[in-house]
Amino acid sequence: MSQQDGADPGTAVERVESEVPSTGIAVVDESDRLENPGFPPFRPRISDVDPEKDRQNSRRVSWLFLASIVGSVFAIVAYIVFPIELGNLGSVRLNTLFLGLGITLGLLGIGFGAVHWSKTLMDGHDLVESRHPTRGSDATRARAAEIFTLGNEESGFTRRKMIRNTLIGALVVSPLPAVVIFRDLAPAADPVPLLKHTLWAEGVRLTRDPSGVPIRASDVTLGSVFHVIPEGLNESEDRLEEKAKAAVLLVRLRPGDLNVSPGREDWNFRGIVAYSKICTHVGCPVALYEQQTHHLLCPCHQSQFDMTNQAKVIFGPAKRPLPQLPITVDDEGYLIARSDFLEPVGPSFWERSL
Amino acid sequence: MVSAALLLIGLLATGGAYAAFTTSATAETGDSAAKLIDEGQALFQANCASCHGLAAEGTENAPTLIGVGAAAVDFQVGTGRMPAAASGPQALEKPPQFTDEQVAALATYVASLAPGPAIPDERYLDGKGDLTAGAELFRINCAMCHNVAGAGGALTEGKFAPPLGNVSGKHAYEAMLTGPQNMPVFNDFNITPDDKRAIITYIKFLQENPSPGGLDLGNLGPVSEGLFVWIFALGAIVGITVWLTAKSN
Repeated sequence: MSQQDGADPGTAVERVESEVPSTGIAVVDESDRLENPGFPPFRPRISDVDPEKDRQNSRRVSWLFLASIVGSVFAIVAYIVFPIELGNLGSVRLNTLFLGLGITLGLLGIGFGAVHWSKTLMDGHDLVESRHPTRGSDATRARAAEIFTLGNEESGFTRRKMIRNTLIGALVVSPLPAVVIFRDLAPAADPVPLLKHTLWAEGVRLTRDPSGVPIRASDVTLGSVFHVIPEGLNESEDRLEEKAKAAVLLVRLRPGDLNVSPGREDWNFRGIVAYSKICTHVGCPVALYEQQTHHLLCPCHQSQFDMTNQAKVIFGPAKRPLPQLPITVDDEGYLIARSDFLEPVGPSFWERSL
Repeated sequence: MVSAALLLIGLLATGGAYAAFTTSATAETGDSAAKLIDEGQALFQANCASCHGLAAEGTENAPTLIGVGAAAVDFQVGTGRMPAAASGPQALEKPPQFTDEQVAALATYVASLAPGPAIPDERYLDGKGDLTAGAELFRINCAMCHNVAGAGGALTEGKFAPPLGNVSGKHAYEAMLTGPQNMPVFNDFNITPDDKRAIITYIKFLQENPSPGGLDLGNLGPVSEGLFVWIFALGAIVGITVWLTAKSN
């Protein structure tokens, strides 16, 4: 690893002798040892031998820097000439496009110019620069120890034990407010009941999302689909959190098309069925309903649920059917829930009993 | 079961009465209407009856058209989906096979068979409704299939929700009202005519305004954007790295 062709390595460069690692008791065949081939021989670049090429490259670097100047000025001009007008998305597009192009040219011109300069015009010899040792000199180390000792003597850190101990105590206690504050980022109450229950309860009307207008059974015609929120959701304190759990999809099927398992006979109302819209896989809203096949598709991972078979999974990674909301009608013909969901909605969690 | 049947009859009766009420506004009386019906019937029997039956009663290949209304015919024939070119996962949009007058005749004929949804009134199609409300309704009711930017999306087994970049207000309204193919129906109890007008306003807004971010890459989200970044952005980084480390000539 010698400096071939005698480029001046400068003060920072020193020869590196690699240590030969111990081979233990193994027998080493010296003929296997590969000699460090060092750098390939120095090959002059075209700008090293041809002054015309040297001037050409020099001009190129200057052109790149000039392009950078042009780009930066263009960015300023474009920002003024193409202002963002309120309510005009096309103006946003022009503004960001030209501003971005100008700044890009401004920065890339500097970068490309600097790299081209160093590659074609600066000294082209290969060098080895070894790392400096990190250990300080003995004198520096002795001086550091002296400063510590002196500091200890002057402050009495080891002698005045009460000051020292109270300082340590203060340092230990000082982060505690942060711990108390950040602790409140966690759910205030046990999150498991929150995951198991939604706003649905006996007698809660099914209402349209987002208006909150209640839905009559007679509104739900065959083939139509309603996106449903529980009555009172829009007034609730944690509207979005509650909606994320309580969102429901409502469709009407011919009663003959429904396959109802024992115990769920009164969960639909004359073919109107309501299922949780939250996918049991990872909780995306499942709402791609095909009215002819009665398939419900989750857009995130392509789980498919069969609405005629109690939202049974027929394709994809979801493991459980969508929970069904038991519904009926009240005296005025509006659809109401018979109860909350009888199982937790959405994806699995640790405390969920299967 | 009896009560279910009664309810169904009741529903059909109210739906029919409602539809009859809404169609009566456009239905014409007199000879011209009768002539249009005859013309539509001739067109129907020449072009549609092989699948839908001579009296539109439906066959095993295609559903009955009795009661689908003028809106369904205007949508299906007006967008070229019907007559279908071939059987497949879904009938594809193509250049319409009939003139506007022929479509109107067909629609009038089918509407004369039984009451059904009528062609919507112009005042709901002007795109001057409540844009903000329309965007919210679109996100809740439409965006899961048609994409929030109306770029369309895939459904199951080769079916897809078409992009909405070229859809007219009338066809959008008719699609919501009649639920063509696998699209669900959004009847006027679910999305009122004014809400439909708002949704059409949002669709027109999407059609008329360019993407503020420049190239929208089909508005398909992470797939096309990721592919672009992987190929072009990473390609540029690889190229620059090769150039940086290569020795100059």
